[in-house]
Parts: sequence; C-alpha cells; structure tokens
Amino acid sequence: MTPPTQTPVASDATAPGPARLATPKPGASLGGDSNAPRSASVIDSIGRKEFVEPDIHDEMHAADAVLEIQDFCLHYGEAQALFNVSLTLPRHQVTALIGPSGCGKSTLLRSVNRLNDLIDSVTTSGDMRLEGDSIYGPAVDVIELRKRMGMVFQKPNPFPMSIFENVVYPLRIDGERNKAVLEEVCEQSLRAAALWNEAKDRLKDSALGLSGGQQQRLCIARAIAAEPEVLLMDEPCSALDPIATGRIEDLIDELRGSYSVLIVTHNMQQASRTSDFTAFLYRGYLIEAGPTQTIFTQPHRQETEDYITGRFG
Amino acid sequence: MVTPPPVTPRPVVPTRPASGGAAGGREGSTASITGTRRERRRTSLFAHGEPMVWVAGGSLCLALLMIAGLIVLVMSQGFASFWPGAITRAVLDDGTVVMGEITRVESVADAGAAEDPPQRRLLRTGNFEITQEHFRWVDDSEIASIETPEDAVLLERLAWGRFYGLPVAFEIDGGIVAEGPEAAWASFQQHHGEVRDRWDEARHLEHGEIGAVNAAIERRRLATRQVGLDSGFGSPEYAAAQGSFAKLDAEQQLIYDEIQGRVMALDAENDRYRLVLATATGHRTPIEVASVVRAVQPNALGTLGRAGVYVARWYEYLTGEPREANSEGGVFPAIFGTVLMTMIMTLFVVPFGVLAALYLREYAKQGVLVSAVRIAVNNLAGVPSIVFGVFGLGFFCSIIGASLDQVLFESSLPSPTFGTGGILWASLTLALLTLPVVIVATEEALAAVPNSMREGSYACGASKWQTIKRIVLPKAAPGIMTGVVLAIARGAGEVAPLMLVGAVKLAPELPFDTTAPFFHLERSFMHLGFHIYDLGFQSQNSEAAKPMVFTTTLLLIGIVVMLNIGAITIRTRLNKRFGNARI
Ligand SMILES: Nc1ncnc2c1ncn2[C@@H]1O[C@H](COP(=O)(O)OP(=O)(O)OP(=O)(O)O)[C@@H](O)[C@H]1O
Ligand SMILES: [Mg+2]
Repeated sequence: MTPPTQTPVASDATAPGPARLATPKPGASLGGDSNAPRSASVIDSIGRKEFVEPDIHDEMHAADAVLEIQDFCLHYGEAQALFNVSLTLPRHQVTALIGPSGCGKSTLLRSVNRLNDLIDSVTTSGDMRLEGDSIYGPAVDVIELRKRMGMVFQKPNPFPMSIFENVVYPLRIDGERNKAVLEEVCEQSLRAAALWNEAKDRLKDSALGLSGGQQQRLCIARAIAAEPEVLLMDEPCSALDPIATGRIEDLIDELRGSYSVLIVTHNMQQASRTSDFTAFLYRGYLIEAGPTQTIFTQPHRQETEDYITGRFG
Repeated sequence: MVTPPPVTPRPVVPTRPASGGAAGGREGSTASITGTRRERRRTSLFAHGEPMVWVAGGSLCLALLMIAGLIVLVMSQGFASFWPGAITRAVLDDGTVVMGEITRVESVADAGAAEDPPQRRLLRTGNFEITQEHFRWVDDSEIASIETPEDAVLLERLAWGRFYGLPVAFEIDGGIVAEGPEAAWASFQQHHGEVRDRWDEARHLEHGEIGAVNAAIERRRLATRQVGLDSGFGSPEYAAAQGSFAKLDAEQQLIYDEIQGRVMALDAENDRYRLVLATATGHRTPIEVASVVRAVQPNALGTLGRAGVYVARWYEYLTGEPREANSEGGVFPAIFGTVLMTMIMTLFVVPFGVLAALYLREYAKQGVLVSAVRIAVNNLAGVPSIVFGVFGLGFFCSIIGASLDQVLFESSLPSPTFGTGGILWASLTLALLTLPVVIVATEEALAAVPNSMREGSYACGASKWQTIKRIVLPKAAPGIMTGVVLAIARGAGEVAPLMLVGAVKLAPELPFDTTAPFFHLERSFMHLGFHIYDLGFQSQNSEAAKPMVFTTTLLLIGIVVMLNIGAITIRTRLNKRFGNARI
C-alpha cells in the first residue's frame, strides 16, 4: 500500500532541500529545453481559457486514493476560480498544494469539505469522492460529510470557550457527554498537537488567552479530535514564528501514516520538507502533480520549475 | 518666503544592493523612481491632529458638563427635600402673625437697581383647613419681628397636609391631662406610638382580612354568575349555586362584622387622644393623635436629631404608600410598579429581539428585502412613543384583552379584566417600543462575530443552529447585553405611552399579592415616571410637590442605574468567561 518513496522523500527533503532549491540543478536546463515549447503552449492555452491536461505523475495514479477530485470546476458568480481540476489524495500521505497567490488553493481546499456552500455566489460542477462516497451528489448530508474531515485555517480561529471545550467541540456537537471519553480525547489530541505540556494546567482557561502559535496548535488538536479521514490545512504556519512552524511541521510529520493530509503552503521549503506529494496549481488550473521529490528535482513542466525556483509567481 | 526645510533630503540609498541578472533590471527601475524624489512638504498642523484632539475633547467636556449639571440639579434638590427646616414665626407690620418653614428666598424684581435689593420669602405655613393656603409670600420689608420658637411643632398628617403650631395641651376623652407646651408635648410623645400602632392594626385588618373576605365573596359571586351563564339563569344548577352562595355570603358577613367591630373598637380607642395646638394666630386647634404620621420640633433638634427625621422621611418615602394626592407619603407602589414593569418588558423584549436579529443576520439571505426590513426596524425607533401607547391601547387592551375577557372572564363582564390598561399591556407596549434597540444592538453584536469562527465550527461538522448556539451567541452575548442595558434605560424612563395603557395616579392594589395567582398582571399600576408628571403638573399643592418631583426623579434615575448595573455585571461576567478584553 504505502509507496516505497515515502521515507526517502521525507528524509531526503529535510536535509539538502533548501540548498538544492537555491541553485538550479544541472538537469533542469536540459529538461527545460526539451519541455520549453510545450510549456509555452500551456500558458497560452490558459490565457485562451482552453482545457489544459494536467501532468499527473504515474506514482500519483498508483497510490491508494482516499479522496478523488474529478473534473471539478468552481465559479464565484461569473468569475471562474477552478478549471477542471482532477486530483487524487493518497491515503495516509501528506500532499502539498502549491501555487501563486490567488490561484485557487484555498478555494480547492474549502471545496473538499463544502465550506464554499456558505458563499451564496458559488456554483460548482464535477464531483469529488471521499472513500468512494460522492461529496457533491444530490443526497449528501453535508454535516455528516464535514465530520469526516478536519480543517485547519490560515489564521487560528479558536472558539470563545475554554481550551478543553475547544478541543472536544467536534465531540460535543455529536452529543458526547461522557467526561472520561472527553478528557481522554482532549489529552490525546493536545499531545498530538504538541500543546499538552503548555496547556494541561490551564484547560479551563479561555482559549483566546493563548498565543497565536498555541492557538494554531489548538486548532490542529481540534481538527484531529474527531479522528477525521482527511485533514485539510490552509497555510497553517503563515502566522507563526520559525519555532512554532517547526513544531507544526514536526507534528505534520507525525500525523503522516495515520492521517491523509492536504496542506496548502507558500513555502517551498516547507512543501519539500513535509510532503510526500505535491500538486501545482496555476490560475485555477492544475498543472502538475506527483511525488514531491520529482516535482522539486525533475518537474515535467517548465511552469512548475519556474514557480519552484521563484522565477514567477 | 519659506525657508528651506532644515532637514535636507537624505542621500538616495537603494533599499537593496543591486544584484545582477534579471533582478538587476527591477532594481534599476526602483532607483529611477527614488532618484526623482520630490521635496517633502512640512507636516501641516492638521496632520499632527492637535486641533482635532481639542475639538473632540471639548465636545466630550461639553456633553459631560450638561449631564453633570442635570445630575447635580436633581441630586441637590432631590436630596434636600426631606431635610427638616427651622420653623420661623414672623410678626408683620399689620399685626398678622405667620409661622412656617422658609422654603425659598427671592429678590423682588425692582426697577431701581438698589445695592441691597429687597427680598421676599416663601413660607410653608400649612394649616390648610384654617387658612385655605399652604404657602405664603412674605416681603422682608413688611416684617416687624422674626423668631424661631423652640416649642414650635410640625405635624405631618394623614389628611390636610402639614400643620404648624405650638403645643398647648393634651386631651384624653375631652379632658385635659397635660397643660403647657412641655407637658403637652411629653404626653403626646408618650401616647403617639401606641395610637399609631392601633391605627396600623386597624388598617391592616381593613386591607388584609376584610379584603380577603370581600375577595372570597366576589369570587363566589362570579362563580355563581358563571353557572348562570353556562346553564341558564333559570336552571336548577343556578338556583343551587345561588343558594350556596347566599349561605357563604351569610357566613362571610358574620366574619366581616366581627372584624369590622374590632376595627371600630380600635378607631374608637384612638379617637380619645387629641393634641391641642395653638396656630400662629393663637387659634386653639385640637388634632386627633391618630391622624399624625410624624411630629417634630425641628427648632429644638440638633443636627443629629434632624438627620434622624431625614432618614425616617426617606424610609417612609421608599416603603410607604402615597397620601395627600401623592404629594406626601411614600412611593413604594410606584417603585414596585416601575421595577416589575421593566422586568416584564425585558423578559419579552430580549428573547423576541434577539431571535428577530438572529433571523435577520444569520438565516435570512442578505439582499434588498433584508436591508429594507433593517431600515424599517431602525426607523421604528423614531416613532413617537405616544403612538406606541395608542397602538398598545388599541391592540393589546381593546382587541387581545377584550377577547381574553370574553373567553376567560365572562362572568365579570361588562367590567373589564384584561380589556383595559394593565401592567402586562404596559410592559408589552414598552417591549414593542424598545424592540428596535435590542434588534439593532444584537445585529451589531452578531455582525462583529468573526466569520472565521463560524467557518471553524462548520468545518467541525456543526449544524447552523449548533454554531449559533455554541459559538455565535456566546461571543455576541456581551454586545446583546449592551442592547438590553439601553432598552432598560429607555423603557424605565418612558411615560407617555404608559398613560394610555395602565399607569395610574393611584393604584388601589399592587400587581403582586399573597392571594393566588400572586401576579395580577391585569391590574393597573403606579409608575415613577408617571408619578413625576402627576406631581409636577397635576398636583393641587404644586409648591409642596416640587421638591418631591426632584426626589422622585432622583429615585427613578437611581433605579435605572441599579437595573443597568445588574445588566452590566452580567455582561462583565460574560466578557470574563469568554476572555474578551472589551468591557
Ligand atoms: N468569496 C469570494 N468571492 C469571490 N471571489 C473569490 C472569493 N474567494 C476567492 N475568490 C477569488 O478566487 C480566486 C482564488 O482565490 P483563493 O483564495 O482560492 O486563492 P489562494 O490560492 O488561496 O491565494 P492565497 O495563496 O493568496 O491564499 C482569487 O482570484 C480570488 O479573488
Ligand atoms: Mg488562500
């Protein structure tokens, strides 16, 4: 089940990642040359709003998918934000979603748990499947669906209640009242989110009194409290200092193997360090998706390379 | 002209050292922008904001000054009204003698602006049944001699207002038992307490026990009538009911007679005691001791003694019933009515207002219609309150109340139960009046709840109602409480609509008593705001009522402040609980 690349990528990417990104690799120019005409046409076709076939690596196809996005389009009113996105999320792996600002990463992430339903102007087409169950089908119970996923937002959004109540919120709304169960879940989740030591003596205090980094870890604890099948993270570290970022990256590392994670990030190094797979989104189009190592060393498409090396975006 | 600014432009330093390659081109363009930097103007006075600080601070000061002025006026007048003043006895040039408390001193407006403008004083002379006046102006120029007699007595009576005089004798059964000021005063002091106790007991019997008997008879009478209405007035059931009613009536009549006998015995005993006083003009007037609520010799009292009288008067004011067309006695029924009405109003307006705002902000699809509703609600706050009163009278009293009477209180028709003004209808009318305040405040509070919290809750799989109940409402609760505070302040001080829907000058009973069902929300009630209006503008003895107007205003402000402190305490608790720093 588990792809053999998993451990090498993770360990490989942590150490030499930054250095490798800074200097263009020797093979890139060669591959770039060969792909150049094709890449130019990709940008052109996007400009002409034509259909662009994403370059999905074979490893991605081979992986056991927990979530399948099938030909998904999304409009905000008249403006289209996602164009025929098709992507699979490998089970118990971390998949990073990268792309320039405004390319639709958050939109795609919020589409997975149908949070975009809250915006009146949104219309969609295509479908997604979670473990084979349709997400956008007509008879879907959205509330049940959302309970199968956890979400961490860009900005920490703790609820106006105690730390304890924050963590067990997903259980509370299911009507769980058994104190022993709640306490156990709270401790487990906080431990998993690396917040237990800091928070264990102040579980009854308001969560709004925590620092920004602690709040974000609290939100992660809340997201994993209900043991979701998929964990969605939208730039979870954008508001954090390097130390807190490091802790959350460690945490994501630990979640691998038990959770399927889809994480949006602007930080190439973070993507290369934490993820097993990477998908590159550009102006609402999925351009390329594959194992992180391949995407960062030998991307098939010129745009991907340009973006990763910081030449545009 | 303008001297060149002392700060010479700094040398242009590129923000980042220029590097080669593609980035170099970008740096170059940046340098060309900074290279042609225009000369900077000096920061203007307005940019510094000094004048705005002064304007803003000045406005606040002006507002505070006006509010402080109002409060100081109300407090100084309100607190002073119960302080017992000295009794002055003045002999005028024409030989008339007047005696009373000086309540006001005025300069007589005179064309010749003299150094020392002549003054006149307003004397509260009392003794209305003899002189046919409560107050009298006395010019300083016409006073021959003036003194403050040590023995002078001020009586606060159940009827006829105050009496000023000098004690002469004390009579029991028409026979003089003490002669002379001191002896008479001593005997009076000795007997006054027990006489007043008997009087209290008699009134208690009248109100409590006879009241209960009457209530029982009335209930049976209505029940009998209901039997008649149900099965026809010629039916055997009605005849039977009438029979048992007559029997009960006879039984109750016996009890009634017995109690009445006790009351009469008490009153007869009280009637034996009289204090004889000499008025300013020397007129001997016997006064029934039972009718004296309080007797003071203010001239003989020190500061401590006067303070005692002051406290006693406040106590009577806060706990007693009004007498003398409300210008004397207490305002307890009005306090009770005000507080109860405000509470019932809050009970109605808060749930309705919050739910309405919830629908507007959380459920309704934001659009033209919702905006129109919102504007309409805001404008409702600008409708004159008397219009609400008219609506309350027409809708609550005449339509709903009358229908209720038809269904529930058929037997007591045509005299209305709910079909006329009462505390319930007044509360509902005011709830309607304050509804916009609560809706607007709640909407603001709901809008201030960050959307990210709602999304976080939805992402956890919460339903809309769970999100509202667990996240939105707790977070908005302090803001909602602010709306409640505003609504209480608005509702408790409102008078105009109440005059139409149930506030009365003098309510025979409180809307709450010890007979089931305890709360009688159909009853009319007294209200401090209406009391102020009544005292100030409807009183016969307006000069005596004036200080009471201020005292009552002070009390009303005090009650509103107290209710608000309650609400603010709740809000602070909520704030603490949810860790919001905002107070
Ligand atoms: N609520 C909305 N209504 C209308 N348009 C929206 C809305 N949210 C996003 N968009 C548009 O959809 C496009 C994609 O936005 P999205 O937030 O998904 O970008 P993103 O990739 O997450 O960007 P960033 O990295 O800056 O967060 C943008 O062009 C944005 O303007
Ligand atoms: Mg985003």
